[in-house]
Amino acid sequence: MFLAAQTQPVVDAAAQATALLGPAIGNAHPAEFLSWVILLPLIGAFLNGVFGKRFSQSTVTTIGVGSVLLAFCFALIEVIHLSTLPAEDYLVVNGWTWFSSGELDISFAFMLDHLSSVMVLVVTGVGTLIHVFSTGYMKSDDAYWKYFSYLNLFMFSMLLLILGKNLVVLFVGWEGVGLCSYLLIGFWYKDMEKAEAGQKAFIANRIGDLAFLIATFLLIFYSHGSLDFVSEGGVASAVGHLTSSGESGESTLFVICLLYFVAATGKSAQIPLYVWLPDAMAGPTPVSALIHAATMVTAGVYVMARMNPLFAASPDAMTIVAIVGGLTAAFAATIALVQNDIKKVLAYSTVSQIGFMVLAVGVGNYVGAIFHLMTHAFFKACLFLGSGSVIHALHHEQDIRRMGGLRKKLPITNITFFVSCLAIAGIPFFSGFFSKDEILFNAIASHAIGYSPNYIAGALGFIAAACTAFYMFRLYYLTFGGTYRGDPHVYDHAHEERSMTFPLVVLGFLATFAGFVGIPHIIPHAHALDAWLSPNFAWLKDTRYYYSHNAVIEIAVMVVSSAIGIGGMLLAKAWYDKASLPVAPTQAAWHRILTNKYYVDELYAWAFIRPMRAIASGLYKVVDVAIIDGLLVKGPAKLLGFVGDRMRGLQNGDVQAYVTVIVVGLATALLFAA
Amino acid sequence: MLNTLADAGVNHAIPLHWFLIVAIILFAIGSAGVLARRNALTVLMSVEIMLNAVNLVFLAFARQWGDMHGHVMTFFVIAVAAAEAAIGLALVLGIFRHRKNVNLDEMNALKN
Repeated sequence: MFLAAQTQPVVDAAAQATALLGPAIGNAHPAEFLSWVILLPLIGAFLNGVFGKRFSQSTVTTIGVGSVLLAFCFALIEVIHLSTLPAEDYLVVNGWTWFSSGELDISFAFMLDHLSSVMVLVVTGVGTLIHVFSTGYMKSDDAYWKYFSYLNLFMFSMLLLILGKNLVVLFVGWEGVGLCSYLLIGFWYKDMEKAEAGQKAFIANRIGDLAFLIATFLLIFYSHGSLDFVSEGGVASAVGHLTSSGESGESTLFVICLLYFVAATGKSAQIPLYVWLPDAMAGPTPVSALIHAATMVTAGVYVMARMNPLFAASPDAMTIVAIVGGLTAAFAATIALVQNDIKKVLAYSTVSQIGFMVLAVGVGNYVGAIFHLMTHAFFKACLFLGSGSVIHALHHEQDIRRMGGLRKKLPITNITFFVSCLAIAGIPFFSGFFSKDEILFNAIASHAIGYSPNYIAGALGFIAAACTAFYMFRLYYLTFGGTYRGDPHVYDHAHEERSMTFPLVVLGFLATFAGFVGIPHIIPHAHALDAWLSPNFAWLKDTRYYYSHNAVIEIAVMVVSSAIGIGGMLLAKAWYDKASLPVAPTQAAWHRILTNKYYVDELYAWAFIRPMRAIASGLYKVVDVAIIDGLLVKGPAKLLGFVGDRMRGLQNGDVQAYVTVIVVGLATALLFAA
Repeated sequence: MLNTLADAGVNHAIPLHWFLIVAIILFAIGSAGVLARRNALTVLMSVEIMLNAVNLVFLAFARQWGDMHGHVMTFFVIAVAAAEAAIGLALVLGIFRHRKNVNLDEMNALKN
């Protein structure tokens, strides 16, 4: 094996791992503006939600966009504040004691450290741009105010999730974003299909939420009364407790990690719970960009990164995470190859890209995961907003077979979409190139220290990368290249709006250049994001998750991934960048399987939904109709009715009969009294 | 004063239980009339007999114990019975005007 030189003895690494349980803990500093970052969107949601109907459209816009823009400014101030502090220190808003029971003490408090600072800037920054885009996209909707109220509520929940000081506050945000996702997917609830898509998302997320709750309850038993992320007690102490209590502790740790991973598969749309995300495209397109591409769906990755001391202590769980991430990346990418709905392609692409992030978490490359999370937020938000601009211009046409030739009609959308495609495909020096490359390198390199399954995950990553380049440029050329294939009347009226092009330009710019915060380690000390996140993740370098940065492998990975990126792009250009639509091999078995998404929905319907329905209808007939309705509700009524029917004969209206009863009764009573 | 009457021994010419037996017979006759007769007037008369049976019991015990409370109760009962008879007869008259008879077994408008 040519990597043998880097192989460290695993025993030594394990011994080191028990010595270090988590990142070093610095001092907490008070933060003046941090609570406003969270409160402003809540205030916006409240104002628009309660009074929005009476407000004019411009007032709703001012409140909706303004609150998020201000939140971004405050977040920026606090991140700058954070950057002036010593590396291990962090900012807190202590809030109040939420509940305490015995040893357990949970406070409603917020925290901003280096990890959450990246998230908070991405969420508020991209969020602001998408709010601006929405003002154009949703301007003729009757429920404009409701839309912005939901969107602000989502921002509030997401910020709660990111800035929560402990797992419980995080969970409030976690549930909140799930709720807002449901509300916004089913925003056009009068369309039954869209309302059902919202329910599907909610139910799939509930499965993950349950796992999250069970894992958190388990953690309470081992965490000395605190669920804080950064403190002497809390998560790190639970890891210490579990790793030092032998076999049973290790297996408990494994179970907790796996449960958090199940939670992440729900929220971050990984196998097996990914099925809700493609259907979630029923929501308005800016929602897809904000919730189902840039922010909420990465929450699972964020939670796993937050819980890195826990995951780092359970190599088996890490391997499962890596394999599932790799599988999801490749699996979703192959489905995206044949989809014809512009948003469905992007949805499967999102599932696939989050698979990359999960893969990164699984191989211990948390910096890569957060890096890809950030670049993905930029280019995928740009792609979704671009698709929104196309859909808006073509009067809600989403089928790429009826598009084409939009290059001239939508010039800004065209160019931003194109650079984002370059970014996601991993074409050198665009943002996706750096982040994807780092993940692939770490997946390959982690093999060297004895985790052979990671090799499989890495190989799956390469397959996914190849598919990504192809399907993204297939999408691009079918939409913008060639000639227009739809209704010519619609084409003539197609145009861009300024409120929609501005966010596209900013995001396109970020999609192009954001990669330079993570220059590979072949140039020493150039990886700015790695340096920024080192208070959170640098401790892992002293554990088993350390891979020597071998320049040869890194360059080899880079060359291969660029080659497949460019290859996929050129292949797609050759096939799809022409006047007429190429004939798809719709009869081929592989094409049918891919078009039907591997029949996973059908499998779930058969394996879970059908038995559930059968049980539910059985319970309905037996428990509900027979026992509750029949026996418990109608039973006493019938009994009383029967008795009353028999007894009513006594009340015959004959006074003398009554007197007889009185006399006989009195006589009997006296007889006994005497 | 009452005690002196009792001490005079005039109370014991007729034993108490004779009064009580007569009262029981009267009360039984009255009850039978109330329970069995159809005519409301007869029933009212039977009620009077029952009241008088009770009056007799009161007086018998008053005589036995030399206690005036029984007499007081009896006057009350007589007064109330007079009032009751006046109202009862008025009701019977009203019912007769309305229904052209005073048969109790036909006055069952509230049945069931």
